[in-house]
Amino acid sequence: MRVGENLNAALHGLLESDPSAYVIGEDILDPYGGAFKITKGLSSRFPDRVLGTPISESGITGLAAGLALCGDAAVVEIMFGDFVALAFDQIVNFAAKSVTMYGSRVPIRMVVRCPTGGGRGYGPTHSQSLQKHFVGVPGLSVYEMSPLHDNRAVLDAMLASGGPCVFFEDKILYTRRVNDVGDLFRHDVVPGGGGGADVARVFLDDPEAADCVIIAPGGMVDRAVRAMRDLLLEQEVTCCLLVPSRLYPFDAEPLLPALRGARAVLVAEEGTAGGTWGSEVAHQIHRLMWKDLRRPVALVSSADSVIPTAAHLERAVLVQDSTIHDAVLEALRD
Amino acid sequence: MTETGATLLHAPRADDDDLARLLLIRHFELALLDLFGRGELNGTTHTCLGQEYVPVALRRLLTEADFVFGNHRGHGHYLARFDDPAGLLAEIMGREGAVCAGVGGSQHILRDRYVSTGVQGESLPVAAGVALHLKRTEPGTLACVFIGDGTWGEGAVYEALNLASLWRLPLLVIVENNGIAQSTPTTRQMAGTVRARAEAFGVRHHGIESSDLSTIRDELAPLVSEVRIEGRPLVAEFATHRLGPHSKGDDTRDPEAVRHAQAEDWYRLYGEADPERFARADEAQRARVEAIVREVSARPPSRWDP
Repeated sequence: MRVGENLNAALHGLLESDPSAYVIGEDILDPYGGAFKITKGLSSRFPDRVLGTPISESGITGLAAGLALCGDAAVVEIMFGDFVALAFDQIVNFAAKSVTMYGSRVPIRMVVRCPTGGGRGYGPTHSQSLQKHFVGVPGLSVYEMSPLHDNRAVLDAMLASGGPCVFFEDKILYTRRVNDVGDLFRHDVVPGGGGGADVARVFLDDPEAADCVIIAPGGMVDRAVRAMRDLLLEQEVTCCLLVPSRLYPFDAEPLLPALRGARAVLVAEEGTAGGTWGSEVAHQIHRLMWKDLRRPVALVSSADSVIPTAAHLERAVLVQDSTIHDAVLEALRD
Repeated sequence: MTETGATLLHAPRADDDDLARLLLIRHFELALLDLFGRGELNGTTHTCLGQEYVPVALRRLLTEADFVFGNHRGHGHYLARFDDPAGLLAEIMGREGAVCAGVGGSQHILRDRYVSTGVQGESLPVAAGVALHLKRTEPGTLACVFIGDGTWGEGAVYEALNLASLWRLPLLVIVENNGIAQSTPTTRQMAGTVRARAEAFGVRHHGIESSDLSTIRDELAPLVSEVRIEGRPLVAEFATHRLGPHSKGDDTRDPEAVRHAQAEDWYRLYGEADPERFARADEAQRARVEAIVREVSARPPSRWDP
């Protein structure tokens, strides 16, 4: 099964099991079924609760918040994650704040889905990874789709969290197979104590005895695994990849056993450097294990640049397998 | 509409209950300005002096099942719905018994089906979502949103009107056009008219010049009923006046404009129409608010566990 099919099935399952659930977005109706086909078949089965909308990201996100305020569950598809900037006010100033600003807890069951990331030649305004802009907002959770997490479970966790969630989905993953980490590595999941905080691990044989731990959200899994393969075969360096589903709030504590055994820790993300999720994770690890760390947690980000359209230029800007590969070697250098 | 001004064809009337509510809001707002002047309040506040009659007129056209969205200038919206000046004052002062534990303050209140937030235009798409929910689950109920003339500068207003008209949502938009957005006269911030903007989306517009409660209700009742039954959104635009400053001590208007607003103040018009009854009601609400201010000020601070 492909990741996109898994997500599509998750949405079908949600609409089937929860009669108060809505899926809202631009061009999501059949026969088109969404720009990335993730909503395929939904409107044919649930015509009343799958709403094709005008091009109004702020309006439809506010509409979803209104439904959520009335107790419904609302999933909004932002066609390209870049456009979530248009809905920032509704997410940050209304939906997230409403959870607590009225003095008692108000459940807001709402997910804003954001197809994210580059690598497909869509250019500067259709390729960004805007996760960092949503980190640290009280009442708001940030999740990222991963090939190692079942989307139905993640969707349920997001809606059960009681607050609005932004769900980043690396577009490249839609056509990738679920749970595929190649023939060299194994993978499992470390339970994170509920709330969708489970962390998937990809490792050679012992996840707590790797030379380097790479922490990365779902969109980086393919690139990280390819880097790990090259590092193992060419340099005999072992890595353990940790992939959280929920990026924020984030608790590094359950990862400590894996981190303690490593000589280096690296966080890789596709967004640009500066005030990132990765720096938040690094700060937590520094605080928890300062005395045990050989060197500071290394951060891997894309170049400080807009994302060009031409393939060769885009490759030069975005994090590649080789970026992670080289950063691991650098972090392990004595 | 180029000129705003509440004009009356006949002497205004209000029964005892409406009059009490109008005067409650008036004295509540005056008390807030007084508390500010004495340094007793934290932050800022926006009073609705001059506009009190708008939510009071609406209250008998709405039911408890309807959602009401107030705004940054929302004390009147809240008090027209709930006879709870102590709870609101405690909220504004951060005292025990506050509606929202003192977290929301003047601009951010949620109680039952009353909601307010402090960002211009933000409520409209939310209200459209609420209206969609109500249409599906409680036909005959509606979502009512209070906005100002300044709010029409926000794109969210148009996205919501388009959705509401397209999907036939029971959305009632009340525009309190007081001719000024903070310090900017409407003539310097709005091209065209509210009516033309509403009609561009196929949304019915009704302008109200009067501050007489029964006139307003007679005009609006059939239209509000169409909102409920036919899911036909309505923009009802009141030509009204803001008597006070935007928040406190920040009124940069020409004194002549303020005098004009005062001349058309419902308080003066209602007072002249029935002086003795008005004076009794006025004194009763003044004394009630004074007692509430004293009582709430003496309460301990509100508690909140985030």
